[in-house]
Amino acid sequence: MNFGFTEEQDLLRQEVRKFLDENCNTEEVRKIGETPEGYSKDLWKQIAELGWVGLTIAEAHGGAGLGWVDLVVLLEETGRSLFPSPLLASTIAAAAIGEAGSDEQGVRFLPGLADGSSIATLALVEASDRLGAEGVELAGAPDGDGFLLTGEKRYVADAGNADLFVVAFRVGAGDDGVRLAVVPSDAGGITIENTPSMDLTKRLGNVRFDGVAVAGADVLASAPLSRILDLATAALTAEMIGAAEGATALTVKFTQERIQFGKPIGQFQGVKHPLAEMYVDVESFKSLVYYAAWALDEEHEDASRAVSMAKAYASDAFARIGIDSIQLHGGVGYTWEYDAQLYLKRSKWARSQYGDATHHYERVASLGGL
Amino acid sequence: MDFDLSPEQQAFRDEVRDFIAQNLPSNAADPTAVQAWQRKVREKRWVGFSWPEDCGGGGGGIMEQVILKEEMAKAKAPPLGSCFMGLAWVGPSIAQYGTEAQKQRFIPDILDGKYQWCTGYSEPDSGSDLASLQCKAVLEGDHYVVNGQKIWTSIAMWSKWMILLVRTSNPKSQENKHDGITCLLVEMASEGLEVRPIRNMGGGAVFAEVFFTDVKVPAEQRLGEEGQGWQVTVSALAHERSSIAEVEGLKRNLDLLKEHAAGVERNGRPASEDPGIRRRLAVAETRVEAMRLNGMRFLTKQLKGDPLGSETSVNKLHRAALEVELGEIGVELQGSAGSLTDGIDDAVGGKWQKHSLGWPEVVIGGGTPNIQKNIIAERILGLPKD
Repeated sequence: MNFGFTEEQDLLRQEVRKFLDENCNTEEVRKIGETPEGYSKDLWKQIAELGWVGLTIAEAHGGAGLGWVDLVVLLEETGRSLFPSPLLASTIAAAAIGEAGSDEQGVRFLPGLADGSSIATLALVEASDRLGAEGVELAGAPDGDGFLLTGEKRYVADAGNADLFVVAFRVGAGDDGVRLAVVPSDAGGITIENTPSMDLTKRLGNVRFDGVAVAGADVLASAPLSRILDLATAALTAEMIGAAEGATALTVKFTQERIQFGKPIGQFQGVKHPLAEMYVDVESFKSLVYYAAWALDEEHEDASRAVSMAKAYASDAFARIGIDSIQLHGGVGYTWEYDAQLYLKRSKWARSQYGDATHHYERVASLGGL
Repeated sequence: MDFDLSPEQQAFRDEVRDFIAQNLPSNAADPTAVQAWQRKVREKRWVGFSWPEDCGGGGGGIMEQVILKEEMAKAKAPPLGSCFMGLAWVGPSIAQYGTEAQKQRFIPDILDGKYQWCTGYSEPDSGSDLASLQCKAVLEGDHYVVNGQKIWTSIAMWSKWMILLVRTSNPKSQENKHDGITCLLVEMASEGLEVRPIRNMGGGAVFAEVFFTDVKVPAEQRLGEEGQGWQVTVSALAHERSSIAEVEGLKRNLDLLKEHAAGVERNGRPASEDPGIRRRLAVAETRVEAMRLNGMRFLTKQLKGDPLGSETSVNKLHRAALEVELGEIGVELQGSAGSLTDGIDDAVGGKWQKHSLGWPEVVIGGGTPNIQKNIIAERILGLPKD
């Protein structure tokens, strides 16, 4: 019995933290966030060389072949630094190709994603905002050995930065009527519209498909949407751990230093108790995320329930941490200049992606037999 | 990460399961059957399982303690041993700080459940701030003379012995208030000791006030050195503190609530279809799971040989919130009948009404939620002490 990390995983955490502390403090995060693409190509190249980008891609396809528990370690740290990059988006898309693609498709698409020379993203959600097969309406009309895609995807992470879209489309009724294909972002008939995100460090966009031709060879062998969504959700939730810890640490430091009524405000129980609650919540959804990642790696029957518990708890808790952090800072927390707002905005972004607390608590209820 | 048991641990789990299958009393209300159970678990050395073997305990490792507790909780087995406080902290304190004579006099009786111990800690003016206690003891020759009052003393009226904290000298300052506290073992039949039960809001009386008027306690019944009382009471033996066994009890209540939700109606439909009820149950279920997994992380730390510190307050807060919330859901599920003592019908039978009036025993007993938050804020987050 060991619900903890290996020495290698601890080492990975130290390396990631050191690199980001040295290369991407919040001043840098703000600078990068204000560029049009929202990430640094130079840092992207460096983290690709460090092996972060291909961490969970199979060794046979140029990656490190590690699992979701290892990914949690990496993303916890990128979350702590609010590191702006397409790492999360491309990792999720690569996992979708790895899960759903044939070996031949893996050989074609994954090495470029593993070495960072290309970036992919999952294009799944549409106007209905429904997650899963029931939300996929984008039409795939038969065309030779492939399909012509028509429809629109929304809230696509790093849409403007991606070289490849892993797009879900419909060829028939029901869950079996959904397919996944890998489509280059410069294919004819694709229009990308960047939609400003509340969180400057995250890029989202709408992607319109007007009769986009996709060859049969680029349609992935299967479309295990539920599994892919679980992997994506767990990865996102791992980033929330670090960001929520970052917000807590910033607030603790402020309340230790800010003097009012002749003492540090952190001495007042009215300040202490919400901070203690932050700690309780982060530690608790951390446990839920770790377990979910383990269950996904093991393909354990409990995985979906574990993922939904983690995302539900994290969505509510991180949102509250973001708000309480601002409130405990007082006026300075409301300024653009101070960093507290960066975490609040991250919480706004993260809670809504891949299902909010309402969505996931309902899933917990259903999976728990209610 | 790895949630598998080693072959030895699996063998131990199987041994526990087999034992339960063969020996679990079919009727938990039958005193003869429960006594027979207690005798058998005592023979297995599963009473005081975490204690060293030379003290009559089982010498069980941390993981084995978890397995034993978890399997017993899952089977809804009677408790292992019947001297609750003796097993929880009196025995471990005596094992660690007691004289040889004290060990021989008290430990076998605790393991055998011969009588009950109660705990004289809280006073009218010293609750959360326990170290400010004032109940006084003065050494006169070969005995102490105790004067003062204790309160919220659970099962004082049914106990033969008490572990008592007294003040033997005044501290130099507020910062040193833990100094000058001494631990005594006191026979409840002592002259000058009076117990007055306090009726709780549920209508029963489990705790009491205890008054001491010139109570003589032989000096050989002092546990540890004079002035060492605080240390004696806070450092119990290294037993598992993962709260995994408590999780089993919460899960059981949650499952019951889910059953009830399917069985009662709200707006003409099963309450289990109501989105508000579904969310509330899912939140509670998630919190129970978080508590279980936090416990697994604590356990991992202990198994690596790192002592647990204040982080266990996290699960105390979860448990406190869940004990209250589960009772509230249980009452709410009954609609208007939630206001009746006996509840909606025989199936629910007022269980949740009792629960919703009984949680303070758990929630306040081991340090209130606000105190747990202070502990986290000061000892983990490093905020300045109040």
